[in-house]
Amino acid sequence: MAFIPHTEADVAAMLKTIGAACLEDLFDEIPPQLRIKGLEHIPEALNEMQVGRLMSERARADGQLLSFLGAGAYEHHIPSAVWAITTRGEFYSAYTPYQAEASQGTLQMIYEFQTMIARLTGMEVANASMYDGASATAEAALMAVRANRRSHAARILVPTTLHPHYRRVARNTTHNQGLRFEELPYLAESGTLDARALAAFEGEDITALVIQQPNFFGRLEEVDALTDWAHARGALVIAVVNPTSLALLKPPGRWGAKGVDIAVGEGQPLGVPLSCGGPYVGFMTARMEHVRQMPGRIVGRTLDVAGNSGFTLTLQAREQHIRRAKATSNICTNQGLLMTAATIYLSLMGAEGLKRTAAASHARTRELVGLLTRVPGVRAAFAGPTFHESVLQLDRPVAAVLKGLATRGIGGGLDLSGYYPELGHALLVCATETKTSADLERYRASLGEVMQAARAA
Amino acid sequence: MSQLPQDLKYTKSHEWVRTRPDGTLEIGITDHAQHALGDLVFVEVPEGGRSVTAGDACAVVESVKAASDVYAPVSGEVLEGNGQLAAAPETVNTDAYGAGWLYRLRPAAGALAAAALLSAADYQKVLDAEGG
Repeated sequence: MAFIPHTEADVAAMLKTIGAACLEDLFDEIPPQLRIKGLEHIPEALNEMQVGRLMSERARADGQLLSFLGAGAYEHHIPSAVWAITTRGEFYSAYTPYQAEASQGTLQMIYEFQTMIARLTGMEVANASMYDGASATAEAALMAVRANRRSHAARILVPTTLHPHYRRVARNTTHNQGLRFEELPYLAESGTLDARALAAFEGEDITALVIQQPNFFGRLEEVDALTDWAHARGALVIAVVNPTSLALLKPPGRWGAKGVDIAVGEGQPLGVPLSCGGPYVGFMTARMEHVRQMPGRIVGRTLDVAGNSGFTLTLQAREQHIRRAKATSNICTNQGLLMTAATIYLSLMGAEGLKRTAAASHARTRELVGLLTRVPGVRAAFAGPTFHESVLQLDRPVAAVLKGLATRGIGGGLDLSGYYPELGHALLVCATETKTSADLERYRASLGEVMQAARAA
Repeated sequence: MSQLPQDLKYTKSHEWVRTRPDGTLEIGITDHAQHALGDLVFVEVPEGGRSVTAGDACAVVESVKAASDVYAPVSGEVLEGNGQLAAAPETVNTDAYGAGWLYRLRPAAGALAAAALLSAADYQKVLDAEGG
Protein backbone atom coordinates (compact mmCIF):
# COMPACT_ATOMS: atom_id res chain seq x y z
CA MET A 1 0.00 0.00 0.00
CA ALA A 2 1.49 3.31 -1.05
CA PHE A 3 1.67 6.09 1.52
CA ILE A 4 1.33 9.39 -0.32
CA PRO A 5 0.81 12.56 1.72
CA HIS A 6 -1.74 15.13 0.63
CA THR A 7 -0.65 17.97 -1.61
CA GLU A 8 -1.64 21.54 -0.75
CA ALA A 9 -4.22 21.34 -3.53
CA ASP A 10 -5.71 18.18 -1.94
CA VAL A 11 -5.95 19.90 1.43
CA ALA A 12 -7.55 23.00 -0.12
CA ALA A 13 -10.09 20.83 -1.95
CA MET A 14 -11.00 18.96 1.24
CA LEU A 15 -11.36 22.17 3.24
CA LYS A 16 -13.59 23.61 0.53
CA THR A 17 -15.76 20.50 0.56
CA ILE A 18 -16.44 20.73 4.29
CA GLY A 19 -16.72 24.52 4.22
CA ALA A 20 -13.70 25.34 6.39
CA ALA A 21 -11.44 28.27 5.54
CA CYS A 22 -8.25 26.82 6.92
CA LEU A 23 -6.91 23.87 8.96
CA GLU A 24 -6.98 25.96 12.15
CA ASP A 25 -10.76 26.13 11.87
CA LEU A 26 -10.90 22.38 12.53
CA PHE A 27 -9.58 22.97 16.04
CA ASP A 28 -11.76 25.95 16.96
CA GLU A 29 -13.72 23.90 19.52
CA ILE A 30 -10.61 23.73 21.72
CA PRO A 31 -10.82 26.72 24.14
CA PRO A 32 -8.04 29.28 23.52
CA GLN A 33 -6.73 29.05 27.09
CA LEU A 34 -5.94 25.34 26.55
CA ARG A 35 -3.93 26.01 23.44
CA ILE A 36 -0.25 26.83 23.49
CA LYS A 37 1.53 29.16 21.13
CA GLY A 38 4.86 27.40 21.17
CA LEU A 39 6.97 24.86 23.03
CA GLU A 40 9.23 26.86 25.34
CA HIS A 41 11.87 24.29 26.17
CA ILE A 42 12.05 22.64 22.79
CA PRO A 43 14.86 24.01 20.60
CA GLU A 44 14.39 24.96 16.95
CA ALA A 45 14.17 22.06 14.54
CA LEU A 46 17.39 20.82 12.98
CA ASN A 47 17.63 19.67 9.40
CA GLU A 48 18.62 16.12 8.50
CA MET A 49 22.28 17.01 7.93
CA GLN A 50 22.54 18.77 11.30
CA VAL A 51 20.87 15.88 13.11
CA GLY A 52 23.22 13.38 11.45
CA ARG A 53 26.21 15.39 12.58
CA LEU A 54 24.95 15.85 16.14
CA MET A 55 24.25 12.15 16.47
CA SER A 56 27.69 11.09 15.23
CA GLU A 57 29.27 13.50 17.73
CA ARG A 58 27.20 12.01 20.55
CA ALA A 59 28.07 8.48 19.42
CA ARG A 60 31.78 9.38 19.39
CA ALA A 61 31.47 10.71 22.94
CA ASP A 62 30.13 7.28 24.01
CA GLY A 63 33.26 5.69 22.60
CA GLN A 64 33.54 2.03 21.73
CA LEU A 65 33.65 0.39 25.14
CA LEU A 66 34.78 -3.18 25.41
CA SER A 67 31.62 -4.28 27.19
CA PHE A 68 31.29 -6.83 29.97
CA LEU A 69 27.79 -5.67 30.82
CA GLY A 70 24.96 -8.19 30.66
CA ALA A 71 22.07 -8.03 33.16
CA GLY A 72 19.32 -8.89 30.69
CA ALA A 73 20.78 -7.64 27.40
CA TYR A 74 23.66 -9.50 25.81
CA GLU A 75 26.22 -8.71 23.16
CA HIS A 76 26.38 -11.58 20.70
CA HIS A 77 27.79 -11.74 17.21
CA ILE A 78 25.04 -11.07 14.67
CA PRO A 79 25.69 -12.51 11.20
CA SER A 80 25.39 -9.75 8.56
CA ALA A 81 22.68 -11.67 6.74
CA VAL A 82 20.27 -11.22 9.70
CA TRP A 83 19.65 -7.53 9.20
CA ALA A 84 20.25 -7.57 5.44
CA ILE A 85 17.23 -9.89 5.18
CA THR A 86 15.19 -8.35 8.00
CA THR A 87 15.31 -4.88 6.44
CA ARG A 88 14.03 -6.04 3.05
CA GLY A 89 10.86 -4.19 2.12
CA GLU A 90 8.77 -7.34 2.34
CA PHE A 91 9.53 -7.71 6.06
CA TYR A 92 10.16 -4.14 7.09
CA SER A 93 7.30 -3.48 9.48
CA ALA A 94 6.84 -3.75 13.24
CA TYR A 95 3.21 -4.71 12.79
CA THR A 96 1.38 -7.94 12.40
CA PRO A 97 -0.97 -7.16 9.54
CA TYR A 98 -4.66 -6.53 10.14
CA GLN A 99 -5.63 -8.12 6.83
CA ALA A 100 -3.40 -10.88 7.98
CA GLU A 101 -4.14 -13.63 5.50
CA ALA A 102 -3.17 -11.36 2.61
CA SER A 103 0.40 -11.42 3.93
CA GLN A 104 1.33 -15.09 3.70
CA GLY A 105 5.07 -14.38 3.89
CA THR A 106 4.75 -12.47 7.15
CA LEU A 107 2.50 -15.16 8.61
CA GLN A 108 4.93 -17.88 7.61
CA MET A 109 7.75 -15.95 9.30
CA ILE A 110 5.73 -15.72 12.52
CA TYR A 111 4.85 -19.41 12.27
CA GLU A 112 8.54 -20.31 11.93
CA PHE A 113 9.36 -18.08 14.93
CA GLN A 114 6.69 -19.79 17.05
CA THR A 115 7.95 -23.20 15.99
CA MET A 116 11.58 -22.43 16.83
CA ILE A 117 10.71 -20.85 20.19
CA ALA A 118 8.42 -23.76 21.11
CA ARG A 119 11.18 -26.25 20.28
CA LEU A 120 13.84 -24.25 22.12
CA THR A 121 11.73 -24.04 25.27
CA GLY A 122 10.28 -27.55 24.94
CA MET A 123 6.80 -26.07 25.26
CA GLU A 124 3.65 -26.95 23.30
CA VAL A 125 2.68 -23.55 21.95
CA ALA A 126 4.34 -20.16 21.40
CA ASN A 127 2.76 -16.84 20.43
CA ALA A 128 3.87 -14.34 17.79
CA SER A 129 6.08 -12.41 20.30
CA MET A 130 5.73 -9.87 23.09
CA TYR A 131 7.23 -6.41 23.66
CA ASP A 132 10.19 -7.60 25.72
CA GLY A 133 11.17 -10.04 28.45
CA ALA A 134 9.92 -7.83 31.27
CA SER A 135 6.46 -7.22 29.80
CA ALA A 136 6.24 -10.90 28.83
CA THR A 137 6.84 -11.76 32.50
CA ALA A 138 4.08 -9.37 33.57
CA GLU A 139 1.71 -10.86 31.00
CA ALA A 140 2.63 -14.35 32.18
CA ALA A 141 1.58 -13.41 35.72
CA LEU A 142 -1.78 -12.12 34.46
CA MET A 143 -2.19 -15.22 32.31
CA ALA A 144 -1.47 -17.48 35.29
CA VAL A 145 -4.24 -15.78 37.26
CA ARG A 146 -6.68 -16.48 34.42
CA ALA A 147 -5.43 -20.02 33.84
CA ASN A 148 -5.20 -21.28 37.42
CA ARG A 149 -8.86 -21.69 38.18
CA ARG A 150 -8.25 -23.53 41.43
CA SER A 151 -6.60 -20.44 42.86
CA HIS A 152 -8.58 -17.37 43.89
CA ALA A 153 -5.79 -15.41 45.56
CA ALA A 154 -4.09 -13.89 42.47
CA ARG A 155 -0.90 -14.36 44.46
CA ILE A 156 2.41 -14.83 42.68
CA LEU A 157 5.65 -15.93 44.37
CA VAL A 158 8.62 -14.12 42.88
CA PRO A 159 12.23 -14.76 43.88
CA THR A 160 14.39 -11.68 44.34
CA THR A 161 16.79 -13.45 41.98
CA LEU A 162 14.37 -12.47 39.17
CA HIS A 163 15.69 -9.44 37.25
CA PRO A 164 14.84 -6.32 39.34
CA HIS A 165 13.46 -4.52 36.28
CA TYR A 166 11.19 -7.47 35.47
CA ARG A 167 9.84 -7.38 39.02
CA ARG A 168 9.12 -3.67 38.72
CA VAL A 169 7.48 -3.97 35.31
CA ALA A 170 5.32 -6.86 36.56
CA ARG A 171 4.20 -4.79 39.55
CA ASN A 172 3.50 -1.71 37.46
CA THR A 173 1.60 -3.60 34.78
CA THR A 174 -0.63 -5.45 37.22
CA HIS A 175 -0.89 -2.69 39.84
CA ASN A 176 -4.59 -2.04 39.33
CA GLN A 177 -5.56 -5.63 38.71
CA GLY A 178 -5.39 -6.98 42.22
CA LEU A 179 -2.32 -9.19 41.84
CA ARG A 180 -0.10 -9.74 44.86
CA PHE A 181 3.59 -10.46 44.46
CA GLU A 182 5.38 -12.12 47.36
CA GLU A 183 9.16 -11.89 47.16
CA LEU A 184 11.28 -14.90 48.06
CA PRO A 185 14.82 -14.34 49.40
CA TYR A 186 18.00 -15.96 48.10
CA LEU A 187 20.77 -17.77 49.93
CA ALA A 188 23.75 -15.51 50.66
CA GLU A 189 26.26 -18.28 49.96
CA SER A 190 24.82 -19.57 46.67
CA GLY A 191 22.87 -16.67 45.15
CA THR A 192 19.96 -19.00 44.45
CA LEU A 193 16.42 -19.06 45.78
CA ASP A 194 16.23 -20.05 49.45
CA ALA A 195 13.89 -23.05 49.31
CA ARG A 196 13.33 -22.82 53.07
CA ALA A 197 11.34 -19.63 52.44
CA LEU A 198 8.73 -21.70 50.61
CA ALA A 199 7.72 -23.39 53.86
CA ALA A 200 5.94 -20.20 54.91
CA PHE A 201 3.46 -20.73 52.07
CA GLU A 202 2.53 -24.34 52.86
CA GLY A 203 -1.23 -24.83 52.77
CA GLU A 204 -1.88 -21.37 51.34
CA ASP A 205 -3.51 -20.41 48.06
CA ILE A 206 -0.68 -19.69 45.63
CA THR A 207 -1.47 -18.91 42.01
CA ALA A 208 1.98 -19.25 40.50
CA LEU A 209 5.69 -19.42 41.18
CA VAL A 210 8.12 -17.54 38.93
CA ILE A 211 11.57 -19.07 38.35
CA GLN A 212 14.30 -17.32 36.37
CA GLN A 213 16.94 -19.62 34.88
CA PRO A 214 19.76 -18.66 34.82
CA ASN A 215 18.81 -16.18 37.52
CA PHE A 216 19.75 -12.52 37.60
CA PHE A 217 23.12 -13.39 39.18
CA GLY A 218 23.83 -15.87 36.37
CA ARG A 219 23.37 -18.75 38.83
CA LEU A 220 21.38 -21.89 38.14
CA GLU A 221 18.27 -22.52 40.24
CA GLU A 222 17.03 -25.96 41.35
CA VAL A 223 14.34 -25.82 38.69
CA ASP A 224 13.15 -29.42 38.91
CA ALA A 225 12.51 -29.39 42.65
CA LEU A 226 10.93 -25.91 42.54
CA THR A 227 8.61 -26.86 39.67
CA ASP A 228 7.46 -30.02 41.43
CA TRP A 229 6.99 -28.14 44.73
CA ALA A 230 4.68 -25.62 43.06
CA HIS A 231 2.69 -28.19 41.11
CA ALA A 232 2.15 -30.32 44.20
CA ARG A 233 0.48 -27.28 45.80
CA GLY A 234 -1.78 -26.40 42.87
CA ALA A 235 0.34 -23.47 41.73
CA LEU A 236 1.35 -22.88 38.13
CA VAL A 237 5.00 -22.38 37.24
CA ILE A 238 6.24 -19.47 35.12
CA ALA A 239 9.76 -19.86 33.75
CA VAL A 240 11.78 -16.81 32.70
CA VAL A 241 14.59 -18.09 30.51
CA ASN A 242 17.48 -16.88 28.38
CA PRO A 243 17.02 -18.34 24.87
CA THR A 244 20.75 -18.78 24.23
CA SER A 245 21.15 -20.76 27.44
CA LEU A 246 18.48 -23.22 26.30
CA ALA A 247 20.94 -24.64 23.77
CA LEU A 248 22.72 -26.15 26.80
CA LEU A 249 20.30 -26.17 29.73
CA LYS A 250 17.22 -28.33 30.23
CA PRO A 251 14.27 -26.58 28.54
CA PRO A 252 11.46 -25.41 30.86
CA GLY A 253 9.05 -27.83 29.16
CA ARG A 254 11.00 -30.60 30.92
CA TRP A 255 11.53 -29.07 34.35
CA GLY A 256 10.32 -31.38 37.09
CA ALA A 257 7.86 -34.18 36.51
CA LYS A 258 5.39 -32.14 34.41
CA GLY A 259 7.33 -29.21 32.94
CA VAL A 260 6.35 -25.58 33.54
CA ASP A 261 3.01 -24.06 32.54
CA ILE A 262 4.24 -20.83 30.98
CA ALA A 263 7.74 -19.94 29.78
CA VAL A 264 8.75 -16.43 28.73
CA GLY A 265 11.93 -14.55 28.05
CA GLU A 266 13.83 -11.79 26.33
CA GLY A 267 14.58 -12.51 22.68
CA GLN A 268 17.24 -9.79 22.30
CA PRO A 269 20.17 -12.26 22.41
CA LEU A 270 18.81 -13.73 19.16
CA GLY A 271 20.11 -11.26 16.58
CA VAL A 272 19.03 -7.97 18.13
CA PRO A 273 21.86 -5.48 18.79
CA LEU A 274 22.34 -3.73 22.13
CA SER A 275 20.60 -0.39 21.86
CA CYS A 276 19.93 1.74 24.94
CA GLY A 277 17.52 -0.83 26.34
CA GLY A 278 15.40 -1.43 23.28
CA PRO A 279 13.38 -2.00 21.26
CA TYR A 280 13.84 -5.64 22.15
CA VAL A 281 11.48 -8.58 21.71
CA GLY A 282 9.83 -10.92 24.19
CA PHE A 283 8.64 -14.45 23.66
CA MET A 284 5.93 -16.41 25.39
CA THR A 285 5.11 -20.11 25.40
CA ALA A 286 2.68 -22.31 27.29
CA ARG A 287 1.18 -25.74 27.65
CA MET A 288 -1.61 -26.29 25.13
CA GLU A 289 -4.23 -26.52 27.90
CA HIS A 290 -3.64 -22.82 28.68
CA VAL A 291 -3.58 -21.55 25.10
CA ARG A 292 -6.89 -19.71 25.36
CA GLN A 293 -5.60 -17.64 28.24
CA MET A 294 -2.50 -16.65 26.31
CA PRO A 295 -2.21 -13.00 25.25
CA GLY A 296 -1.15 -11.91 21.79
CA ARG A 297 -1.46 -13.52 18.43
CA ILE A 298 -0.86 -17.02 17.24
CA VAL A 299 -0.35 -18.01 13.63
CA GLY A 300 -1.55 -21.42 12.57
CA ARG A 301 -0.99 -23.54 9.50
CA THR A 302 -4.07 -24.69 7.64
CA LEU A 303 -5.50 -25.71 4.27
CA ASP A 304 -7.50 -23.38 2.04
CA VAL A 305 -10.68 -24.40 0.19
CA ALA A 306 -8.59 -25.74 -2.68
CA GLY A 307 -6.51 -27.88 -0.33
CA ASN A 308 -3.39 -25.67 -0.53
CA SER A 309 -1.30 -25.21 2.57
CA GLY A 310 -1.44 -21.70 4.02
CA PHE A 311 -1.07 -19.67 7.19
CA THR A 312 -3.73 -17.89 9.20
CA LEU A 313 -4.21 -16.00 12.44
CA THR A 314 -5.86 -18.27 14.98
CA LEU A 315 -7.44 -17.65 18.38
CA GLN A 316 -8.22 -14.02 17.64
CA ALA A 317 -11.58 -14.14 19.38
CA ARG A 318 -10.12 -13.04 22.73
CA GLU A 319 -8.18 -10.10 21.35
CA GLN A 320 -9.08 -6.48 21.96
CA HIS A 321 -10.64 -5.75 18.55
CA ILE A 322 -13.26 -8.40 19.36
CA ARG A 323 -13.38 -8.66 23.17
CA ARG A 324 -12.72 -4.97 23.88
CA ALA A 325 -12.16 -4.46 27.62
CA LYS A 326 -12.41 -8.20 28.29
CA ALA A 327 -9.55 -9.10 25.94
CA THR A 328 -6.80 -11.28 27.40
CA SER A 329 -4.40 -8.33 27.07
CA ASN A 330 -3.64 -5.19 25.10
CA ILE A 331 -1.06 -7.09 23.05
CA CYS A 332 -2.01 -7.37 19.40
CA THR A 333 0.63 -5.76 17.33
CA ASN A 334 4.02 -6.76 18.64
CA GLN A 335 7.70 -6.63 17.86
CA GLY A 336 7.29 -8.00 14.34
CA LEU A 337 10.55 -6.64 12.98
CA LEU A 338 12.69 -7.91 15.85
CA MET A 339 10.84 -11.22 15.79
CA THR A 340 11.84 -11.45 12.12
CA ALA A 341 15.49 -10.82 13.04
CA ALA A 342 15.32 -13.48 15.77
CA THR A 343 13.84 -16.01 13.35
CA ILE A 344 16.52 -15.37 10.74
CA TYR A 345 19.23 -15.45 13.42
CA LEU A 346 18.03 -18.82 14.70
CA SER A 347 17.73 -20.26 11.20
CA LEU A 348 21.27 -19.13 10.33
CA MET A 349 22.80 -20.33 13.59
CA GLY A 350 20.94 -23.62 13.69
CA ALA A 351 20.89 -25.82 16.77
CA GLU A 352 24.64 -26.40 16.52
CA GLY A 353 25.52 -22.73 16.11
CA LEU A 354 23.41 -21.72 19.08
CA LYS A 355 24.98 -24.46 21.18
CA ARG A 356 28.48 -23.26 20.24
CA THR A 357 27.52 -19.66 21.09
CA ALA A 358 26.17 -20.72 24.47
CA ALA A 359 29.16 -22.94 25.25
CA ALA A 360 31.66 -20.24 24.23
CA SER A 361 29.84 -17.62 26.35
CA HIS A 362 29.86 -19.95 29.34
CA ALA A 363 33.57 -20.74 28.89
CA ARG A 364 34.51 -17.06 28.45
CA THR A 365 32.67 -16.06 31.60
CA ARG A 366 34.39 -18.79 33.63
CA GLU A 367 37.72 -17.65 32.25
CA LEU A 368 36.90 -14.02 33.06
CA VAL A 369 35.88 -14.79 36.64
CA GLY A 370 39.06 -16.86 37.07
CA LEU A 371 41.18 -13.93 35.89
CA LEU A 372 39.40 -11.15 37.78
CA THR A 373 39.33 -12.98 41.10
CA ARG A 374 43.14 -13.06 40.96
CA VAL A 375 43.11 -9.25 41.26
CA PRO A 376 43.70 -8.27 44.91
CA GLY A 377 40.46 -7.09 46.54
CA VAL A 378 38.21 -9.07 44.16
CA ARG A 379 36.42 -12.31 44.96
CA ALA A 380 33.48 -14.31 43.63
CA ALA A 381 30.29 -13.52 45.55
CA PHE A 382 28.65 -16.92 45.15
CA ALA A 383 29.78 -20.52 44.89
CA GLY A 384 28.32 -22.83 42.25
CA PRO A 385 27.70 -23.07 38.51
CA THR A 386 26.74 -20.10 36.33
CA PHE A 387 25.81 -19.67 32.69
CA HIS A 388 27.41 -16.53 31.27
CA GLU A 389 27.22 -14.06 34.14
CA SER A 390 28.68 -13.91 37.59
CA VAL A 391 28.71 -11.63 40.64
CA LEU A 392 32.03 -10.34 41.98
CA GLN A 393 32.57 -8.68 45.31
CA LEU A 394 35.07 -5.83 45.52
CA ASP A 395 36.70 -4.36 48.62
CA ARG A 396 35.57 -0.84 47.69
CA PRO A 397 32.57 0.92 46.09
CA VAL A 398 31.89 -0.35 42.57
CA ALA A 399 30.81 2.95 40.99
CA ALA A 400 34.27 4.53 41.21
CA VAL A 401 35.91 1.36 39.91
CA LEU A 402 33.56 1.28 36.90
CA LYS A 403 34.42 4.91 36.21
CA GLY A 404 38.12 4.09 36.25
CA LEU A 405 37.51 1.17 33.89
CA ALA A 406 35.46 3.36 31.55
CA THR A 407 38.37 5.80 31.17
CA ARG A 408 40.38 2.76 30.05
CA GLY A 409 37.73 1.90 27.43
CA ILE A 410 36.10 -0.91 29.39
CA GLY A 411 32.44 -1.29 30.32
CA GLY A 412 33.08 -3.29 33.45
CA GLY A 413 29.59 -4.55 34.26
CA LEU A 414 26.64 -3.59 36.44
CA ASP A 415 26.98 -2.08 39.91
CA LEU A 416 24.48 -4.08 41.99
CA SER A 417 24.62 -1.91 45.11
CA GLY A 418 21.45 0.00 44.19
CA TYR A 419 19.50 -3.20 43.50
CA TYR A 420 20.92 -5.47 46.20
CA PRO A 421 22.44 -3.27 48.94
CA GLU A 422 22.89 -6.35 51.16
CA LEU A 423 25.52 -7.65 48.73
CA GLY A 424 27.85 -4.74 49.50
CA HIS A 425 30.25 -3.77 46.72
CA ALA A 426 28.87 -6.22 44.18
CA LEU A 427 29.53 -6.18 40.44
CA LEU A 428 27.69 -8.30 37.85
CA VAL A 429 29.93 -9.24 34.91
CA CYS A 430 29.25 -11.06 31.67
CA ALA A 431 31.40 -12.34 28.82
CA THR A 432 30.00 -13.77 25.60
CA GLU A 433 31.57 -15.40 22.55
CA THR A 434 32.40 -11.89 21.30
CA LYS A 435 35.29 -11.58 23.78
CA THR A 436 38.79 -12.93 23.05
CA SER A 437 41.33 -14.08 25.59
CA ALA A 438 43.18 -10.81 24.94
CA ASP A 439 39.99 -8.88 25.81
CA LEU A 440 39.66 -10.75 29.11
CA GLU A 441 43.30 -10.16 29.90
CA ARG A 442 42.87 -6.46 29.14
CA TYR A 443 39.97 -6.31 31.62
CA ARG A 444 42.06 -8.06 34.29
CA ALA A 445 45.03 -5.74 33.80
CA SER A 446 42.82 -2.63 33.81
CA LEU A 447 40.94 -3.74 36.90
CA GLY A 448 44.27 -4.39 38.64
CA GLU A 449 45.42 -0.85 37.81
CA VAL A 450 42.19 0.77 38.89
CA MET A 451 42.04 -1.14 42.18
CA GLN A 452 45.68 -0.41 42.94
CA ALA A 453 45.29 3.28 42.15
CA ALA A 454 42.25 3.42 44.42
CA ARG A 455 44.15 1.77 47.28
CA ALA A 456 47.06 4.16 46.85
CA ALA A 457 44.81 7.21 46.88
CA MET B 1 -37.15 -19.59 13.80
CA SER B 2 -35.65 -20.65 17.10
CA GLN B 3 -37.31 -23.36 19.15
CA LEU B 4 -38.35 -22.31 22.66
CA PRO B 5 -39.16 -25.03 25.20
CA GLN B 6 -42.15 -23.86 27.26
CA ASP B 7 -40.93 -25.38 30.53
CA LEU B 8 -37.78 -23.22 30.74
CA LYS B 9 -37.24 -19.67 31.97
CA TYR B 10 -35.15 -17.18 30.01
CA THR B 11 -33.14 -13.97 30.34
CA LYS B 12 -32.79 -10.95 28.07
CA SER B 13 -29.11 -11.88 27.70
CA HIS B 14 -30.16 -15.21 26.09
CA GLU B 15 -29.54 -17.68 28.90
CA TRP B 16 -32.08 -20.38 29.75
CA VAL B 17 -32.79 -21.79 33.23
CA ARG B 18 -34.24 -25.21 34.02
CA THR B 19 -35.44 -26.04 37.52
CA ARG B 20 -34.47 -29.64 38.26
CA PRO B 21 -36.56 -31.94 40.50
CA ASP B 22 -34.21 -31.37 43.45
CA GLY B 23 -34.61 -27.60 43.21
CA THR B 24 -31.19 -26.97 41.67
CA LEU B 25 -30.89 -25.10 38.39
CA GLU B 26 -29.37 -26.01 35.04
CA ILE B 27 -28.23 -23.12 32.88
CA GLY B 28 -27.36 -22.82 29.21
CA ILE B 29 -27.59 -20.46 26.26
CA THR B 30 -30.61 -20.36 24.00
CA ASP B 31 -30.83 -21.77 20.52
CA HIS B 32 -31.08 -18.20 19.26
CA ALA B 33 -27.78 -17.37 21.01
CA GLN B 34 -25.89 -20.39 19.66
CA HIS B 35 -27.21 -19.64 16.20
CA ALA B 36 -26.05 -16.01 16.41
CA LEU B 37 -22.58 -17.05 17.61
CA GLY B 38 -22.04 -19.69 14.95
CA ASP B 39 -19.88 -22.78 15.38
CA LEU B 40 -18.55 -22.88 18.92
CA VAL B 41 -14.88 -23.79 19.25
CA PHE B 42 -14.44 -23.42 23.00
CA VAL B 43 -16.61 -23.23 26.09
CA GLU B 44 -15.27 -22.15 29.47
CA VAL B 45 -17.51 -23.25 32.31
CA PRO B 46 -17.29 -22.28 36.00
CA GLU B 47 -15.77 -24.56 38.62
CA GLY B 48 -17.95 -26.22 41.22
CA GLY B 49 -18.02 -24.37 44.56
CA ARG B 50 -17.90 -20.89 43.10
CA SER B 51 -20.41 -18.37 44.47
CA VAL B 52 -22.04 -16.19 41.87
CA THR B 53 -24.33 -13.19 42.02
CA ALA B 54 -27.06 -12.70 39.43
CA GLY B 55 -25.52 -10.75 36.55
CA ASP B 56 -21.95 -12.04 37.08
CA ALA B 57 -20.13 -13.23 33.99
CA CYS B 58 -19.41 -16.85 34.84
CA ALA B 59 -18.90 -18.73 31.58
CA VAL B 60 -17.49 -17.86 28.16
CA VAL B 61 -18.66 -19.24 24.84
CA GLU B 62 -16.23 -18.75 22.01
CA SER B 63 -16.98 -19.17 18.32
CA VAL B 64 -14.74 -18.57 15.34
CA LYS B 65 -15.90 -14.98 15.25
CA ALA B 66 -16.60 -13.93 18.83
CA ALA B 67 -16.14 -14.75 22.47
CA SER B 68 -19.12 -13.89 24.67
CA ASP B 69 -19.77 -13.95 28.38
CA VAL B 70 -22.61 -15.97 29.81
CA TYR B 71 -24.15 -14.32 32.86
CA ALA B 72 -25.52 -15.93 36.00
CA PRO B 73 -29.31 -15.47 35.83
CA VAL B 74 -29.74 -16.30 39.53
CA SER B 75 -27.47 -15.89 42.57
CA GLY B 76 -26.15 -19.06 44.16
CA GLU B 77 -23.37 -21.60 44.31
CA VAL B 78 -22.09 -23.41 41.22
CA LEU B 79 -22.44 -27.18 41.65
CA GLU B 80 -20.58 -28.21 38.52
CA GLY B 81 -19.68 -27.11 35.02
CA ASN B 82 -20.49 -29.34 32.07
CA GLY B 83 -17.13 -31.09 31.64
CA GLN B 84 -18.21 -32.71 28.35
CA LEU B 85 -18.03 -29.35 26.57
CA ALA B 86 -14.25 -29.07 26.81
CA ALA B 87 -13.89 -31.87 24.27
CA ALA B 88 -17.15 -31.25 22.40
CA PRO B 89 -18.10 -27.54 22.43
CA GLU B 90 -20.27 -28.10 19.34
CA THR B 91 -22.79 -29.84 21.62
CA VAL B 92 -24.05 -26.33 22.46
CA ASN B 93 -24.81 -25.82 18.77
CA THR B 94 -26.49 -29.18 18.27
CA ASP B 95 -28.39 -29.52 21.56
CA ALA B 96 -28.58 -26.10 23.22
CA TYR B 97 -31.36 -27.05 25.66
CA GLY B 98 -30.16 -30.58 26.46
CA ALA B 99 -26.62 -31.98 26.49
CA GLY B 100 -25.34 -28.46 25.77
CA TRP B 101 -26.09 -27.16 29.28
CA LEU B 102 -23.22 -25.07 30.69
CA TYR B 103 -23.41 -25.36 34.47
CA ARG B 104 -25.61 -26.30 37.41
CA LEU B 105 -26.33 -23.98 40.29
CA ARG B 106 -27.83 -24.22 43.77
CA PRO B 107 -29.82 -20.99 44.06
CA ALA B 108 -29.39 -18.89 47.20
CA ALA B 109 -32.49 -18.69 49.42
CA GLY B 110 -35.14 -16.64 47.66
CA ALA B 111 -32.83 -15.92 44.71
CA LEU B 112 -34.95 -17.69 42.15
CA ALA B 113 -38.03 -15.68 43.09
CA ALA B 114 -35.97 -12.48 43.11
CA ALA B 115 -34.55 -13.09 39.64
CA ALA B 116 -36.64 -11.43 36.96
CA LEU B 117 -36.73 -14.42 34.61
CA LEU B 118 -38.83 -14.44 31.48
CA SER B 119 -41.38 -16.99 30.35
CA ALA B 120 -40.99 -18.52 26.89
CA ALA B 121 -43.65 -16.14 25.57
CA ASP B 122 -41.93 -13.07 27.06
CA TYR B 123 -38.54 -14.18 25.76
CA GLN B 124 -40.11 -14.60 22.32
CA LYS B 125 -41.12 -10.94 22.52
CA VAL B 126 -37.49 -10.03 23.27
CA LEU B 127 -36.42 -11.94 20.18
CA ASP B 128 -39.12 -10.32 18.08
CA ALA B 129 -37.98 -6.88 19.27
CA GLU B 130 -34.41 -7.75 18.30
CA GLY B 131 -35.61 -8.75 14.88
CA GLY B 132 -34.98 -12.43 15.58
